[in-house]
Amino acid sequence: MARFIGRRLVYLLPVLLAVTLLTFLIASLLPGDLAVTILGDQATPEKVEALRAQMGLDLPLWERYLRWLWGVAHGDLGRSFRTGETVLAAVADRLPVSLELMVIAEGMGLLIAIPLAILCAVKSGGALDRFMTGLAFGKLSLPPYLVAILLIYLFAVELNLLPATGWVPFSEDPITNIRSFVLPGLTLAFAEWPVLMRVLRSDMIATLQEDYIAMAKAKGLKPARILLVHALKPSSLTLVTVTGINIGRLIGGTLIIETIFALPGIGRLLVGAIYARDFIILQGVVLFVAVGFVIVNFIVDMLYAVLDPRIRHGRA
Amino acid sequence: MAALEAGIDSIEVASVARRRRRIGPLFVVAAAWIVLIVSAAILAGVLPLPSPTDIDMLGKRAPPSAEHWLGNDGLGRDVLSRLIYGARFSLTVGLLAPVIGVVIGGFLGMMAGYFRGRLETFIVGGMDVLLAFPPLVLALAVTAYLGQSVANLTLVIGVLGIPAFTRVARAVTLSLSEREFVTAARALGATHSRILLRELLPNVALPLLAFFLLGVAVTIVVEGALSFLGLGVPPPTPSWGSMIGEGRESLDIAPQLAFLPAGFMFATVLAFNIVGDTLRALTDPRPGAL
Repeated sequence: MARFIGRRLVYLLPVLLAVTLLTFLIASLLPGDLAVTILGDQATPEKVEALRAQMGLDLPLWERYLRWLWGVAHGDLGRSFRTGETVLAAVADRLPVSLELMVIAEGMGLLIAIPLAILCAVKSGGALDRFMTGLAFGKLSLPPYLVAILLIYLFAVELNLLPATGWVPFSEDPITNIRSFVLPGLTLAFAEWPVLMRVLRSDMIATLQEDYIAMAKAKGLKPARILLVHALKPSSLTLVTVTGINIGRLIGGTLIIETIFALPGIGRLLVGAIYARDFIILQGVVLFVAVGFVIVNFIVDMLYAVLDPRIRHGRA
Repeated sequence: MAALEAGIDSIEVASVARRRRRIGPLFVVAAAWIVLIVSAAILAGVLPLPSPTDIDMLGKRAPPSAEHWLGNDGLGRDVLSRLIYGARFSLTVGLLAPVIGVVIGGFLGMMAGYFRGRLETFIVGGMDVLLAFPPLVLALAVTAYLGQSVANLTLVIGVLGIPAFTRVARAVTLSLSEREFVTAARALGATHSRILLRELLPNVALPLLAFFLLGVAVTIVVEGALSFLGLGVPPPTPSWGSMIGEGRESLDIAPQLAFLPAGFMFATVLAFNIVGDTLRALTDPRPGAL
């Protein structure tokens, strides 16, 4: 196991380094001068020059990159030139909201996907199974922002059951807090469950053909027990991976969803930074998200190896 | 956000449906819709449509009439005209961006699959870095820095599609390189470039074309997401995404302003998915795949 982790770590470092380089290069694509952007068009050339020197903008690109990387390695991702807030503080402030949204969305997705997958696997090729395949295919053409519009129209405008906006901190009012997560969570879950269901369904079909399942049936065990106890765990390997990878995808999804439902999370911080042209925050958040994404995928790889010994011995 | 990985999901999701191997009525309807919407977009300037940007403050959110078939939007602009001009924009980006992916990704994938070795490690590693960013985050960041324009949007979304095309091209090339006809060509003394262009490319092209159509669907969705956030093409140019975004503000009084462009987008994306998936199933050598 240690050797496997070592091998993956060796691969992780260059990827992380490349991610920082790419993030830095994107930020340096900005046409014009960052110092002018910060100070505005009316600034005197002397002031601009002074700020350039202070921010190190007059240095060559590679030196700026190394300095920036040095700062990042020490936890200094810069601070907003609009509010003075550090990137790290801004991210730490918004992260819990995004995490709560992701957990709720993934939970709702699994809650829908697992029972449906089991039902489809038991009668694979049946009417329900075919219907679900069609539905999953249709869902591919329905991006989250369309789902969000439908759900808002249905539940917030027509039925007036759930709020479309109005987030409050959990510590202030837990019930209102949870209620404000229902529609955004459902929106994201709607995008997630077909993928989760397909994955579990096909693994489950394979497992149900194993000899030990036939053995369990022959012993006279109840079908529910066979399905939930004997078949579910060995079939859930890919589901674990996909759930993990989806966390990464959810980060992208939360961008729009948080903006639509006015949830103050990472996604909204990023979009807000773009609207406000706050490039330091933007760069910091992009880096944070990308690094988080890489690390989550790394952890998923590890988890997968723990669950399936064939992988760490390189035989799968 | 489904973004670009969605194209990869669709392979898993759809390959189960063996029945979709035949060209059925669904395929015909989907293809007809694509032809209709593409020709409407091309002919938008010739069609007898009101201007998509003329503001009529007296006709705000007017209901459908003989003059305005689908009514007016919140600024009194003709909805049908905006939908068709929006199609022009969404389809331009939707069709051009995957071209970048197909050309560069296809090239890299074939190189990696054919030559193997260090080149393959390098290409696959590079793709891993590109995949390390959630696609929408990268697209947003780059357009924010570069500025919002059709060219920039197309470029960014196109580059984001490269890894997916690389994977497809590499996988197909890998399996084809082992086949007899390639060995035969090599035995006959064919050069690398001849094998790549004359033997492999024709076989890689069809799966890539199928994936291209799925790429169009994904691109329309991503472009729509950026425009929806107001970070796509700047107003007043109509785009389905920005129309949905504007319509969201008046869901309570005029829900059709959001639902009409949403419906157009859904139908178009679905049509590209159906056509692309049918082609993919037809060209997939594995029996009943998955």
